[in-house]
Amino acid sequence: MSQLKSKHLLGIKNLDREEIELIFETADNFKDVLNRPIKKVPSLRDVTVANVFFENSTRTRLSFELAEKRLSADVINFSSSSSSVKKGETLLDTVNNILAMKVDMIVMRHSSPGAPHFLSKHINANIINAGDGTHEHPTQALLDSFSIREKTGSVAGKKVVIVGDILHSRVALSNIFALQKLGAEVMVCGPATLLPKHIASLGVKVELDIRKALEWCDVANVLRIQLERQKMRYFPSLREYSLYYGIDKQLLDSLDKEIVIMHPGPINRGVELTSDVADSDHAIILDQVENGVAIRMAVLYLLAGKVG
Amino acid sequence: MQKRLLFNSKLLNITISRLCQHLIENHGDFSDSVILGMQPRGIYLAERIKKSLQKQLNKEVPLGYLDTTFHRDDFRRRDIPKTPNQTKVPFIIEDKNVILIDDVLYTGRTVRAALDAMTMFGRPSKVELLVLIDRMYCRDIPVEANYVGRKVNTILSQHVLVELAEQGKKDNIWLINDPE
Repeated sequence: MSQLKSKHLLGIKNLDREEIELIFETADNFKDVLNRPIKKVPSLRDVTVANVFFENSTRTRLSFELAEKRLSADVINFSSSSSSVKKGETLLDTVNNILAMKVDMIVMRHSSPGAPHFLSKHINANIINAGDGTHEHPTQALLDSFSIREKTGSVAGKKVVIVGDILHSRVALSNIFALQKLGAEVMVCGPATLLPKHIASLGVKVELDIRKALEWCDVANVLRIQLERQKMRYFPSLREYSLYYGIDKQLLDSLDKEIVIMHPGPINRGVELTSDVADSDHAIILDQVENGVAIRMAVLYLLAGKVG
Repeated sequence: MQKRLLFNSKLLNITISRLCQHLIENHGDFSDSVILGMQPRGIYLAERIKKSLQKQLNKEVPLGYLDTTFHRDDFRRRDIPKTPNQTKVPFIIEDKNVILIDDVLYTGRTVRAALDAMTMFGRPSKVELLVLIDRMYCRDIPVEANYVGRKVNTILSQHVLVELAEQGKKDNIWLINDPE
């Protein structure tokens, strides 16, 4: 296989295993480029990419922007806080106006699940989903699996637990799809109020006890508590959450094996992870960020082959 | 499908040792020279040349692999994008004499991309090109090779099929007439 089937990357759900592996192999080559003194290649020099962010983001937007620039694409940035969206323009109108300026690819983050899918039916440009509400965040899941593959050699056969706020997390859903497609076993762990009702129907194990979950797993992907999405209180206090689900050095040391700790950022230090865990050798949090640029370069490169 | 054998194993070995003699004539003991094999098949040829050179010179000859995929000018103009290969240049080419090695020289566009890709690793003092087969009169760009295994007069409806032992096949290089 040397190309993706779709001209968009809307979610992991529609990708198959070969496509994910193609993205990883391409990302290996870009990671190599990023470790050279000159970190730029001219592949996308005639492509214009718009980063359209209707929701706040630091890491993802910077990572995409760097990936685009290192592929020599022309980049424009758009964030809803300073735009006509505030004046009542619809999503389709906003994007069509951007496209009228001859833009080839759209990287979009939106608070509504399905927003990029809707766009893909109405416009011609390639769309990359950079997170749609609580639905999917495909590039994050790709870089997470890529980082597991890099750290442990392979994703297949690994036991991965996703800890924390599964209910509000697009990272969790995309990760479950990606890990399962690559042959890993997946467990989710968190307070019952933060686990979606029928999550087990996706074929994942459910565990309420963090110690048992960590004893079972090879890799723990710890999610952030998304207070900004929680419209009601799902647990009594952050202090209580960190007492029951926070991971500290003591807990890790009491396990009879070494596990890998991941976090998509931003970390609430002292809530999901204590500082000594986040900064320990177990954690590959900064490797994830580094790999993010290579993965996004791979996705942009593979999709740009389908422009026009 | 008509095909004509251009190289068999024996002829290939003779040609490679002739090319090596020619290289030694121009580059002496290779103290200021490096070789770069172009992915995908140029690297096999480069490995053989390195081995042969080392045998004759009794010293290590630096070899790198260069992939040109990200520097090609036909990206987005092909139906299927080319799959990238590994680039492995474990040395700096600043002020070195670089010998680019590839199996077939056709339009010259890969060489142009390679010249581009090479600048990532420094500014060489001189660049030369070695190819096993030169398809004459097919160039899109003014690029010529310094060392040629064999010049072949071909037409557009033909292609060169390179099969090497490194790919798990027998050493054979064919000129094939594409079906109309």
